[in-house]
Order: sequence, then C-alpha cells, then structure tokens
Amino acid sequence: MSAKLLLRDIDEPGLNTLSVYERRGGYASLRKALQMAPEDVLAELEASGLRGRGGAGFAMGKKVSFLPKGSMDKYLVCNADESEPGTFKDRELMQKSPHMLLEGLVIASYAAGATRSFIYIRGEYVLQADMLDAALGEAREAGYVGEQILGSEHSLSLVVHRGAGAYICGEETGLLDSLEGKRGNPRLKPPFPANQGLYQGPTLINNVETLSTVPTIIRMGGAEYAKLGTETSTGTKLVSISGHVRRPGNYEIELGIPSREIVYGLAGGPPQGREVKCWFPGGSSSPVLTAEDLDVPYDFDSLAKAGTMLGSGAIIVIDDSTPIVELALKVAKFYRHESCGKCTPCREGTNWTVEMLERIDSGEATPMDLDIMTSVCEHIIGNCLCVLGDAMAMPIGSMIAKFRPEFEAHIEAARAHNDLVLARPAAVHEGALLAQGAV
Amino acid sequence: MTAELRAEIEAHMALYPERRSAALPALQAAQRVHGWCSPEAIEEVADVMGVTPASLEAVATFYDMLETEPVGRHSVYVCTNISCSLCGADELYQAMRTAAEGDPDFNVRPFECLGACDIAPMASVDGVYVGPLSLGDVPALLDDVRTGRPVLPEKQLARRPCADLEDGS
Repeated sequence: MSAKLLLRDIDEPGLNTLSVYERRGGYASLRKALQMAPEDVLAELEASGLRGRGGAGFAMGKKVSFLPKGSMDKYLVCNADESEPGTFKDRELMQKSPHMLLEGLVIASYAAGATRSFIYIRGEYVLQADMLDAALGEAREAGYVGEQILGSEHSLSLVVHRGAGAYICGEETGLLDSLEGKRGNPRLKPPFPANQGLYQGPTLINNVETLSTVPTIIRMGGAEYAKLGTETSTGTKLVSISGHVRRPGNYEIELGIPSREIVYGLAGGPPQGREVKCWFPGGSSSPVLTAEDLDVPYDFDSLAKAGTMLGSGAIIVIDDSTPIVELALKVAKFYRHESCGKCTPCREGTNWTVEMLERIDSGEATPMDLDIMTSVCEHIIGNCLCVLGDAMAMPIGSMIAKFRPEFEAHIEAARAHNDLVLARPAAVHEGALLAQGAV
Repeated sequence: MTAELRAEIEAHMALYPERRSAALPALQAAQRVHGWCSPEAIEEVADVMGVTPASLEAVATFYDMLETEPVGRHSVYVCTNISCSLCGADELYQAMRTAAEGDPDFNVRPFECLGACDIAPMASVDGVYVGPLSLGDVPALLDDVRTGRPVLPEKQLARRPCADLEDGS
C-alpha cells in the first residue's frame, strides 16, 4: 500500500526547483531514455500497462503508438485542465513537482516523435501555472527542453497555455479548439487527434498524472512497474478524496486496494455519528455507489464491473445528512452550466433535468416525472459529440435507480407541504388582519 | 492602446504556429488593462491579432474568467460545487456577497469546482486559493484585499502539506 512513486518527495522543500529535483534523481530518466531508441521507450510504456489518469483510462503506450510515423509536425499536448468536480491531484503535482511533469513530457515526446508541445492548464490554477513557467525556464536553461536536448537529435518546444474557465476544455477535442484560440467546442470524431488534432496535425494528448508517471516507468522498467497494482490496472494512482470525510486530500494508492481503505483508512470516513450514504468513485461524472459497495477494489475494471468508473480518481463522499435531491440538483446544475450547447441532447437534456429536479423540490412533480427524467438521461447517453451530457446522465440515472424511494418521498413531502400552504393563506391572512385590528 | 499591451499580445502570438492561438492570453492581458473585455478592449486585441472583433467576442463570451461586463477589480470566486457545498459553501457565498455588497471594487461570484476540494469550502481571491473558510473569515478576507495585504496567509493553499504523509519525506 505504501508504494509512493509520485508523492515520494512531494513535500520536500524546494522540490519545485531544478537543483532539488535533480538531487532527488530528477532527469536521470530523461538521460536514460535519450540513450534508448524511441521505439524502445515506447515499448517500455506499453509494457508498463499504464492507463490514462485523466478519466478515460485508455492505455497510454497504445495511444502513443497510434501516432503516424513520418517526419510531419507532431504535437504533444498535456491536458492540465483539471476541472472534474472533486479532482485536485494534478494541481498538487504541478505546484510541488513541476519538473516531474516536464521530464515525463519530454520523454513521451521523444517516444512519439513530437517536436512541439503545449501544457493546457486551467486558468484558475494561477499558482500552478506560475510554478510550471518557472520550472520550464530552468529546464530550458539546463538543456532539458529546446533544441537538441542533451546533445541528442531530439528537439522540443514547449508552451504553458492558460485556459480561461470552461470545464469542456478538459475534453480533448474541446481543448484543441480552445488551444487554437476558439470557443472550446468538442469536435466530431473520427478523425481522432492521433491523426488530425492540433492544427490538423497528429496529436498526442495526455493527462498531467499520466505524463508525471513516465519518468518512474523509465527508471523502474515497464515490466517492473506493471507488477504494481492489478493485472489490468497497473501501478499506483493518485486519489483525491473530499466531501464528508475527516482527512480530505490526495493519497497515492496501489490500484486494486479495497475502496473502504481509502474512504475510511486514509481519509478517516465521515464525521462522528454519520454514515456514508453514497460516493462518487471517479469524479461527479461517475455513477454513484452506496455504502454497500465500499469493498469494491479500487481499480478500473472492478469499478466498471460495479457499474461505475474510476474516472479521474476523485472520490466524493456524501453522508446521510444530505438529501439526495439536493445532491442531484447540484450535479445537474453544474453540467447545465458547462454544456457548450453544440449538441441538442446535452444542451436541452441538462437543462430539463435541472428544471424537473427543481419541480421535485418545489412540490410540483409527480413520481412519474422520475421516469421522464430517466428517459431523458437515457436519450442523452451516446447521442452527443462528447461525453459531457453522458457525464450528467450517468450519475443522475444512478441516483434515481438507487434512491428512488427517497426521491418519491421528497416528491410527496414537497407536495404535502404545498397543499398545506395552499390551504393556509386565507386563515393566515384573516389572522393577520385580526391581529392588526382591521376586522 | 498601450505599447506594453501591444508588445505582450505580440509576444504571445509569436509562441504559436498559428497566431490565433494567442486569443485567450491576449484577451486575458487586455482584461487586466481594461478591467473587462470591453468592446474597445476586444477591438484593440483584434487589431493587433489581425482577426475580427466578432471572432474574439465569441471567444470572450465562452469562458467564465473573461468578463463581458464591467466588474469590480478584485475577483472573489467562491466555489459552490459539490464538495465545497457539502461543507457549507452556499452559506459562505451568501455571506461573502452580503459583506461585499455596495463595494464596487469587488466581483464576488459563485464558481464551479476550482479543484481545491481538500480545503473546502474555499475561494479564489484574485487568483489566490484560500480555505477552509468559515463564515467568520469573511470580514478579514475582504479587509486583506482592501488594504492590499496577502489574503488570509494561514489559509493559503500554497502553504498546505500533502495529505498523504505516510512514508512522507
């Protein structure tokens, strides 16, 4: 459980500077990689079994191998637009160990044959972007980034690009449009970015944590890294845990440990006297699980089998003091706000889901509305250019499926409350007038 | 337009294979000068970048951090997404709004997840993350901004150690 690869030195004072990072063995993996052929570096990445840490969990080595060979301009884009509610792992990595990301990025660019790279960081992460810029300056100075890196044939330009606040720019094709200076609207796929991405060129897009893991893989060897975790979810993973827990924060775990160990063991569980009502295992886009599911192993396949997903590795714990309708409304409103509006099912579906949930809360709904909401969710899934709509439909659908009695009770209680209010005004009004001595 | 702003935008344009990519950094730079993405600011940026003002307006209206109406010069983004709201962010936002009411220097906004759920409930004050905040922190926070002091230094994210201390250092 205590395999600390990414967080090993995280609170080492000055780790963000080149001198401390180098003293802790930094950039040795880059030197090693540049001695190898790019195909061999790629082979190590493939052997590691590393799956993307941004949300989709796609095999990183395979993604690199999708880039066409040849001498055209190829791009590497690091997705640092960490915006999935509950997720704050990349923030900690960029702020405290920016060189680890830069080193991983340069190694990945070498394996992919990319010569131009960008880190697209969300605009709200001001401190982290400043840290990256400072680290990049040092790395350039030291010859780790730029022309003919460390005397090799490999050159790489790198720009830290700051976003300006839009969840959808974390979606890879929305990110590309945003990086091209447009609204961050997702693109139709195919063509996939590996063939036609940034400026229509072949583009590899990887998450911060994924790239930050690359130096470790090169140091240990892919096969050795693959021994950590489970067979199909190798290695360690940063988990951001928040909500109703006593010790929220980032923890590095070996994939496959029981979820309970994270929620209770590491984060201390809900406050005294409270119980886990439900939890998002992988950000607010993942279908919720309940207290009964806490023994599910925390890895990609086990969570998929449980009907949800590991996503970005963000666990949000909700205790029994929170009404489920309130939670659902919060989730739905977020996706309504962030929907780019390009696809009808998402634009309208997120909006009507919010409207219907508000109706439930204001006592204007009937239990039949739950079926309509379920149907709306079902019609969003798979019918849009990107998965933002699905990302609302899946958790809302799971809440209705798992907490239907509570939704129904909420509907009835709100209706009963309305009936009371409707019945009351005359009497209250009369009473008030009486009190004033008007009648 | 000032020479500095023009130079900054041109420097951004030089970083990219296609100059249009500089739209976001250029608008952000103009916003810092003008206080918001005013029609004049957008026209100036469009002029330097060689694109139409309409295309930049389309960009400016898409992103939450680009202001398309005049706002106070100090931004206070209160995260009201799930984790923060579970920890009392909605009350925090209301308190912040009420306390800053009538002060034209403040731009208090509810914001979607700012990626700091470990310090929930939290706010980003002119880009500086602070939390966990209690309702009692609101007056001191606003006062720090008004007087130009560092905002609630003890509660700044920058000072927070990683939660995962097992085997740490």
